Parts: sequence; structure tokens; C-alpha cells
Amino acid sequence: MANILGSGIIKGMAVTLTNLFRPSPTTQYPEQRLTVSRRIRGTQLVWSMERCTGCATCARTCPQGVIRIVTHQGAKNMYEVDTFEVDSGYCIHCALCVEACPYDAIFMGYNYERAKYRRNELVMPKSDMAIEHEQASGYYHPDIARTLPEQTLLVNWEKNK
Amino acid sequence: MTLRTEPFVINMGPVHPSTHGVFRMRVTLDGEVVVNLEPVFGYLHRGIEKLAEERTYTGFVPLTDRLDYVSSMSNNFGYCLAVEKLAGIEVPERAEYIRVIMTELQRIAAHLVSIGSFFNDCGAYFTPFLYMFRERERVIDLFEMTCGQRLLYNYMRPGGVSQDLPDEFMPALNKLIPQLKKYFEEYENLLQNNEILAARARGVGILPKELAINIGASGPTLRGSGIRWDIRRADPYSIYNRFEFDIPVGEQGDCYDRYRVRMEEMKQSLRIVEQAAKQVPAGPVRSKVPHLIRPPVGEAYSHIEAPTGDLGFYLVSDGGIAPYRCHIRAPSLMNLTALRDMIVGWKVQDAILTFGSFAITMGEVDR
Ligand code: SF4
Ligand code: SF4
Repeated sequence: MANILGSGIIKGMAVTLTNLFRPSPTTQYPEQRLTVSRRIRGTQLVWSMERCTGCATCARTCPQGVIRIVTHQGAKNMYEVDTFEVDSGYCIHCALCVEACPYDAIFMGYNYERAKYRRNELVMPKSDMAIEHEQASGYYHPDIARTLPEQTLLVNWEKNK
Repeated sequence: MTLRTEPFVINMGPVHPSTHGVFRMRVTLDGEVVVNLEPVFGYLHRGIEKLAEERTYTGFVPLTDRLDYVSSMSNNFGYCLAVEKLAGIEVPERAEYIRVIMTELQRIAAHLVSIGSFFNDCGAYFTPFLYMFRERERVIDLFEMTCGQRLLYNYMRPGGVSQDLPDEFMPALNKLIPQLKKYFEEYENLLQNNEILAARARGVGILPKELAINIGASGPTLRGSGIRWDIRRADPYSIYNRFEFDIPVGEQGDCYDRYRVRMEEMKQSLRIVEQAAKQVPAGPVRSKVPHLIRPPVGEAYSHIEAPTGDLGFYLVSDGGIAPYRCHIRAPSLMNLTALRDMIVGWKVQDAILTFGSFAITMGEVDR
């Protein structure tokens, strides 16, 4: 079979032809959106003011050193967090801070569309990261993952073509 | 009348569609024939080995992703093995299986990129590439489900993996395996016997056996030359001795053979995934490791079979929380050293094809 000149090309063409009649697996992004993973490490961090004790474990774990925490001594021997900011321009979204936090106060964000025009706008103060406004992702937090919608998978795509 | 020709130097790259990153080939041409070639690299140097010295042992894992960025899982794996050897950390059984499944899926994804870009270099511009990317996407979906990102996974940790597989993973994997089998079949029909590909790639860019051994080539580049050498068999690590798989080799070491080896290797990887998926035990996925690992004073070297070849990590500890020295044996760099000998005497188009058949990643060459 292989030694008839051109048979290989014809076989290849047959494959191309079958693909012509398959639905396209691509989507038009801003109009059509797929659901991202429940554990997505989005371009943002989410932080809970109530739970954070200001222990700075996250800041010491961060391989990039982009978490800045300023605290002062509050009532009852507790730290009050004055500043908590992450320079997400330098953050590599590795989520090691999320794994290290002993009080479950920091999460990866579910949002992945945070393009900005200037670098200094990428520095997130604590108001930008508040868990009250931003959806946290289920990375390292299975309880949150369960509440998020199921990810669109290409392996399931053939079934509903 | 004889035509007097003069050698002509051109710079291919650093930004050139066929160089897979920022790589420069300074080629001296006589007409269309390459008479000399000088590889120039270092454009992507980020000093990753040095950066290891100021990061904790766990904190360096995300940076290993950035070595060979199309096969982050393998890089994680190699590094974690070295740390575990250095600090004497045990890995739970379930984690071992997860690691094997992940690295083998990663090998499939990385080879799909390599083969796709090899066809790009052949001149089949982007059509086969997108076929391959469609299947890569299925694999990447599973990685995204497990660790939240699609390129830089940062999934393994010294002592296991960062978190357990999600509940949806196993059903999706079981769907993926037959689908990949079907599509591998399709690729074979698409290109295996294609006469144009054979005319273009057979007998081009031959890497002789002796040269391959002498330069320390590894991975599909070495096996394409007909040498049966695979770290998974030659120096078994993790639990690879529990699985059945073959080591495909080429015959004469030309570009076509290297492509065939990759293609066959993907099928073998799928075989390993299939076996591993059946045997995964339940249990913990991460052993108790202190937050800051302080290995005893000493050194450790461990290597794995990454998609590009023999990837090694050498760590020296002075008892502190960060490595005293980290060295990475980058297979892409070793394979690249054969480039000059293989290309001199061939035409420019063959130079591009030969370079493409190595499937190197500049992130790993320059580190
Ligand atoms: S986020 Fe967590 S680790 Fe960071 S300071 Fe707050 S409590 Fe500590
Ligand atoms: S995700 Fe990684 S780089 Fe970003 S702040 Fe957390 S530890 Fe630092």
C-alpha cells in the first residue's frame, strides 16, 4: 500500500476531509466563554480581613517576596493589619502563600481578566482583594470548589456535538 | 565559465519563526549550502540556578516550571526527586501514582507540541500543528482541573503533590485515553506515509550513533539514532519498574526517525497512564514535611526522563533552608551541541528542519 506513490497523501487527505465535517472545538473568546477550572489560580489574590491575624507567614513563604504587610499591636494582644498589598505584576501566581496560610485567610481568585494599562495599577491594596467582593477559587479549599460551576472539558465535547 | 561564489554570513534569529524561542544561528552560506554554523544563545537567561540559592526548597518548585515550559510537570518531578533524596523524604504511594500519570500525560502534551512544530518547520504551516493542539488541549484541561493553571503547573512538592486529584479527574481521564488512541491513529493516517514528508525528512540531518553518545545526547534525539537508552528503564526512579512499556528507537538517526520515536513514545506513555490509572490506591498524597525543609549537609543528584531527554538536578545543601548550589542538567542544551556537525554541508532549509527535529525549548537551554 505504502509503495504506491501518492497513497500516503490520499490517506492524509481523507483525514482532512473527516475533520471538515466535525464541529470546531474553538470558541470565540469574549462572546463565548468556557467555564474555567474550579481550582483556577486566577490573576488575583483574595483575602479575608476577619480571618487574617497578620502573622506574615504568607509573606515569608512567597518566593517572589511580593506581599507587603504592615501591622500594629491592637487590643487583646492581636495584630491589626494596616496594609496588606500584593504587587501582582511580580506575583507568579504559584499559590504557595495560599497553602502556607495557617488561618485560611488568603485565597487565589476566580477572576482571570485583570489587564491594566500601567504597572502600578497592578499593586492590589486590601480593598481590591476583599473576599466580600471577589470570588475566591477552590484552590486548596475543596469546600469553595464544590460551590463553583463545573469546568468545561474538551473530552466531553464529542458527546454533545 | 566557472562561477565564483563567496561565503555569506546571515543571522537566523534571535527572533525567527523557526527557532522555537530566542535562539540565533549565525550561518555561513555558500550559495544555499551551509559551510559553518555558530549557535548563539543566552537571550533567555534568567539565572534560575542562582535564584535557587535564595529560595526555600519548596519555593523553588514554581521556578522549575519555567525551565522547559512545555513540560512543567516533568521539571517539578525531577526537582522534587532531588530534594527528597537530599532530605530523605518518603512519598506516599498514591502520590507516586499521581506523579507518574501526570508526567506521562505531560510527555504526550510536550511531544504533541514538538511534532506539531516539527511539521511547521517542514513547511506544513500550522495545519498539523492545530491538529496536535486540539489533543493537547484535552490533556491541558485535566491539568487545569487538578492544579488550576494551564502552562506552569507547580503541582508537585517535596514529599508528594500539592493536593489530591479532584473527583472529576478519573472519569475524565478514562474518557481521554480512548480518545487519544483514536487521534493517534488519525495522525498516523495523516502523515506517516506521506511521500512529501518522507522526501523532506528521510536521510536529512543524520546524527551518527558515536556522535550522539559522545555529546551526551538523550531523549528522542538519542533514541532516534538507534540507541535504546531511557532513564525510566536504565536507572528506574519512582515506581516506573512496575509498568510495562517499550522503548521505541529509530534506525539511522535522521529527522524522520526522531519524529517516529516521538510518535511511538506517546503511545507508550498512554500505555503507562492506562496501567497507572487502574492501580491508583487511595490514601494521603503528601507526607508530613516541615514547612521549611532543612536537609542535612550533603549533596544529591537525581535525573528523570523528561520529554526532551535526561533532565538532572544536582543540589548541594549546607544545612540551611535554601540550597547552597543548584545545577540543572538541561537535555536541550546537550542535544544542541550536535547541531553544527549535523547541519554543515546541508542546505538552509534542512538546517531549519534539523533544528526543529530536536524540539528544544529555549527556556531550558538558557535557564
Ligand atoms: S493571610 Fe494568612 S499567612 Fe498571611 S498574614 Fe494573614 S493569616 Fe498570616
Ligand atoms: S501566589 Fe506566589 S508569588 Fe503570588 S503572592 Fe502568593 S506566594 Fe507570592
